[in-house]
Amino acid sequence: MSHDTLSELLSKQFNTSILNCTTDFGMRTYTVALPELYAVLKFLKDDAACNFFFLTDLTGYQSADEQHLYVVYHLHNLQTNQRIRVKSQMPIQKPECHTVTDIWPSANWMERETYDFFGIQFKGHPRLKRILNVDEMDIFPLRKEFPLEDQTRDDKNDKMFGR
Amino acid sequence: MTTKPQSAPKNSQIVQPPPGMEGPGFFATRVDKAIGLARANSLWPLPFATSCCGIEFMATMASHYDLARFGMERLSFSPRQADLLMVMGTIAKKMGPTLRQVYEQMAEPRWVLSVGACASSGGIFDTYSVLQGIDRIIPVDVYVPGCPPRPEQIIDGILKIQELAKNESSRRRYSDDYKHLLNGYGIE
Repeated sequence: MSHDTLSELLSKQFNTSILNCTTDFGMRTYTVALPELYAVLKFLKDDAACNFFFLTDLTGYQSADEQHLYVVYHLHNLQTNQRIRVKSQMPIQKPECHTVTDIWPSANWMERETYDFFGIQFKGHPRLKRILNVDEMDIFPLRKEFPLEDQTRDDKNDKMFGR
Repeated sequence: MTTKPQSAPKNSQIVQPPPGMEGPGFFATRVDKAIGLARANSLWPLPFATSCCGIEFMATMASHYDLARFGMERLSFSPRQADLLMVMGTIAKKMGPTLRQVYEQMAEPRWVLSVGACASSGGIFDTYSVLQGIDRIIPVDVYVPGCPPRPEQIIDGILKIQELAKNESSRRRYSDDYKHLLNGYGIE
């Protein structure tokens, strides 16, 4: 299926929920309204014409104005070798979206990782706990409001560098 | 009569006896000096190698630099038989409890050698996921600087550990100071 056909199919199925459709870095990207995100992803997996049965990647990022978090899905149809990207925006005060572990079981650890680093709550995930960082960590380290550097070091004050 | 240093072959050094009294058929010295001599020259190191400093350690251990010259014939991969914990490489915060458990499993007396910038201070990895120096969780005896240090530097650190072992009071491990030190790290 060509990208144009897919775009038409999606806009026919979901109408205004497909907010935007661009081609970034040679890959078609669909921005989907958060309430319809789960339905769109399920359609992309289950529809015989789409058949995106492989979830390549699931991750997140924070917008430059720091007010929104995004969740990003990379889908791959291995039979036609077609790849697309689906993303959705959520407010940073309430970063919640539906889990896709029932669509792609491989999303389990990727959602845990995204929760670990961005604090996105995946509703319905079977075991949403930190996966890479220590359990005691009380920050979501890839969010811009948390500093990258370890805050317990006391030898990096300006006095040490003659400033 | 005190002992005279034995004449050693040129360009080589052998272990000298501790100061003591010598006569026909006997040699008297202090127990802690004799024990220190034995300990220092038969340390069993436990290599805890996690990254590039571990590669330097492998060179140190292998035939060219040869740790066996210092009585380290056998590396102990079980903490229960090891005397010296050599921590070489970046320790992530998630690995901290493992390192601590390894240290706790070692029997007294035990020494810790922190090899390289990462183990000593976190090094270039000043980030949320890396332990900023292993001395935040276990006491360290000798630090070896470098990123990574050359085998000669690691050997220098080992010789300093040997000096510590040689001159340590036999009562140190039972002293209140030592208990206080361990309690400072929440051990025992």
